[in-house]
Amino acid sequence: MVSPLTLRELGILGMNNRNIGFIGRYNQRKNYSQADNKLKTKSAAIARNIPVPELYGTVDYQFQVSSLSDMLHNRDGFVIKPSQGSGGKGILVIVGRDGDHFIKSSGALIDDREVRRHSSNILAGLHSLGGRNDSAMIEALIDFDPILKDYSYEGVPDIRVIVFRGVPVMAMMRCATHSSDGKANLHQGAVGVGIDIGTGRSICAVQHNRVVSQHPDTKMYFDKLTIPLWQQVLELASGCAGMAGLDYLGVDIVLDRLRGPMLLELNARPGLAIQVANQAGLRHRLLAAEKIADSCDDDGEKIALARSQFAAHTS
Amino acid sequence: MINSRIQIGLIAGVLIALGVGLTLYKAVSLNLPLLPGEYREVWTVESKTSFTPAKGPVNVELRLPASLAGWVILDEHFVSSGFGFSIIEASDAVSTARWTRQSLDRPTTLYYKMQIYRERSDRALPNMAADVPTKPLLEADQQAAMDRLIDRIAEQSSDNESFALLLVQELLRDSQDQDRLFLLSSYADDSLALMLDTLAMANISAHELRGIELEDGRRRQTLSSLLEVRSAGQWFVINPQTGRVGLPANFFIWQRGDGAILNITGGRNSSLEFALVSNSLPAKAVLGMEQRADEFALLDFSIYTLPVEQQGVFKGLLLIPVAALVVVVMRLLVGVKTSGTFMPILIALAFIQTTLLVGLIIFLGLIGTGLWIRSYLSRLNLLLVARVAAVVIMVILMMAALAVTSYKLGLDQVLTVTFFPTVIVAWTIERMSILWEEEGGHEVLIQGSGSLLVAVLAYLAMSNHWVEHLTFNFPELTLSLLGVILLLGKYTGYRLSELYRFRDMAGK
Repeated sequence: MVSPLTLRELGILGMNNRNIGFIGRYNQRKNYSQADNKLKTKSAAIARNIPVPELYGTVDYQFQVSSLSDMLHNRDGFVIKPSQGSGGKGILVIVGRDGDHFIKSSGALIDDREVRRHSSNILAGLHSLGGRNDSAMIEALIDFDPILKDYSYEGVPDIRVIVFRGVPVMAMMRCATHSSDGKANLHQGAVGVGIDIGTGRSICAVQHNRVVSQHPDTKMYFDKLTIPLWQQVLELASGCAGMAGLDYLGVDIVLDRLRGPMLLELNARPGLAIQVANQAGLRHRLLAAEKIADSCDDDGEKIALARSQFAAHTS
Repeated sequence: MINSRIQIGLIAGVLIALGVGLTLYKAVSLNLPLLPGEYREVWTVESKTSFTPAKGPVNVELRLPASLAGWVILDEHFVSSGFGFSIIEASDAVSTARWTRQSLDRPTTLYYKMQIYRERSDRALPNMAADVPTKPLLEADQQAAMDRLIDRIAEQSSDNESFALLLVQELLRDSQDQDRLFLLSSYADDSLALMLDTLAMANISAHELRGIELEDGRRRQTLSSLLEVRSAGQWFVINPQTGRVGLPANFFIWQRGDGAILNITGGRNSSLEFALVSNSLPAKAVLGMEQRADEFALLDFSIYTLPVEQQGVFKGLLLIPVAALVVVVMRLLVGVKTSGTFMPILIALAFIQTTLLVGLIIFLGLIGTGLWIRSYLSRLNLLLVARVAAVVIMVILMMAALAVTSYKLGLDQVLTVTFFPTVIVAWTIERMSILWEEEGGHEVLIQGSGSLLVAVLAYLAMSNHWVEHLTFNFPELTLSLLGVILLLGKYTGYRLSELYRFRDMAGK
């Protein structure tokens, strides 16, 4: 246990403060729907020339589920996800085929029926916020950068950047593990690696809110990790803030081998675990970011200021 | 931001001050105690006389109860809009309420409400002169059967009391005795009338004792009857339904002896029903009410002035804000994860009906079995809405199965299973099983035990005697609760769970 005073000194942002002081205060309700709906995010991103994984197709109605195999017959790898899913729920990753069967990212084989069942569950709203009806989207499999390959087990690592009023404030890489079932979701057991805003180098890694030094499955040490194309990642993140119209925003980015940083999804209510992965509080940085945002309008300038002000002390 | 903080602060401050102020005013000037001291069980009995009027003048006479067997009537209230109303004091301390009206064109209900409590715990009835029984006039074959019955019972009995007891038992017994069957059928299965006639024939003084079985929350209770028999210079009460001797503690006597309770001329299809609510009231307040029955208006602030049915509803409703406060505190200050925001309140309300331990066992049993069956349903690949509907039906079937088996096993408490809100239980099962599939059993355990913890705490708060006392006697405290909850809604500090969550941060 820590005393609340210590937490305050460290500038740790608590859940209540996040909800009232930032989400409730800065994020307008009417702009949530674009962030909550991955299809809307995707089309808005395409309109602004922000790179996103290719969309193979969508399934909006139950009757389309039966013709799913026709849609997929020439695709070897693909991802099926609910367009309004929350917390990485309901994402099915197929990495290849074995005869009539599909190979999941974990290596398990599933058949056609299973894929259809998953799709109709998505349509019924099983994985979606508030259980409302949803549509399933089928996306290209991400061919992620081989530099990051060993930091994630059976799943795509993604980079979460918290952007406040267009200023990147804090970042972490989320690495799937065996216990997270290939999902890059921290409370399912993925490892969160804090990333220095200044350099793109790792700061600290945590799993289940406890500090770890190496990946539990691949045994890679995180201290050597540096995110490539860091400036581009930050530019992508900042660019999304304007698109989403949300002042307090979590941007999830993947690094594609060929296409570089791509926007995966937006999050209007990003979690607080990023603070543990960075061993730093958000509050002080958010206040500093407020000043940066007030002082300049240009994204490039904001990023430059953020990189110099939020650099970790070690570098 | 600052502005909204000040606003919330002002509103909350006014609400809290108003609630506490009114409470103090009532405590000081009306002498209602803030602490639950000695309690009296005060019953509010509301009689509803309904009838369909015929043409012409209407005259409704309702015999009013006298204070008997330790019961005291605190307050009486008649509702008689549009009717001429009077109370007729009869010679034998029994009075009658009379409603009159020249003409009436639609079915009407007349209300008479009173508050009663038991002043003395002994249930002795005042002695009453025995009247000489008048023998009934019977057909020859009835007469013969009754004589045989009397002879048989008289042989086995020693005095009037044992005679009456044997008679009741004989008539209750499921025997194939020809005389018994014949007599019952000739009395159209009215065993009480048969008992009275048989006792009269055997020259034993007896009469009917009519009254209400007091049961909290009953809305349509009807009059029931007991038998009073004279033996060796004393009166004995026998319950004709069970054969038990003595006046039951929860029996409020409306009328001792014969004669009609309700007398309607100019109407038909009349019925007399009672709505009952019991309140635990501080003895001091009861005494005060008795002494100041005239200036009763002073207590107009209280829930007591509402009709009985609403009083009963409010007794429960006023506890919900307390449970809501528990949920708010546990979620915002402690940071307990629950499945569904207010689901714990509903579970806690069910616990109040079932008692805690039984409730927990039933709830865990339902959820556990539900999850097990649900895991099979998920393999069938059903659409979500159909699946939840299927779970709802499953839950109902499980409740029925549980009720039937436990009843057969003699575990009456488990019958309270019906108080669990079916749809909520079904949704809980559905949510938990999705959680299980998506996040694993660990998360189910965390959220499940979080919900149960909050539900148990809410139950403990709601069933606390002091809380019950305060919410019912000082409902204005709900305003203060509202104020506190508004303030908590602006709390931006850390949650208790975050002190643990960020424990690794202090190292650096």
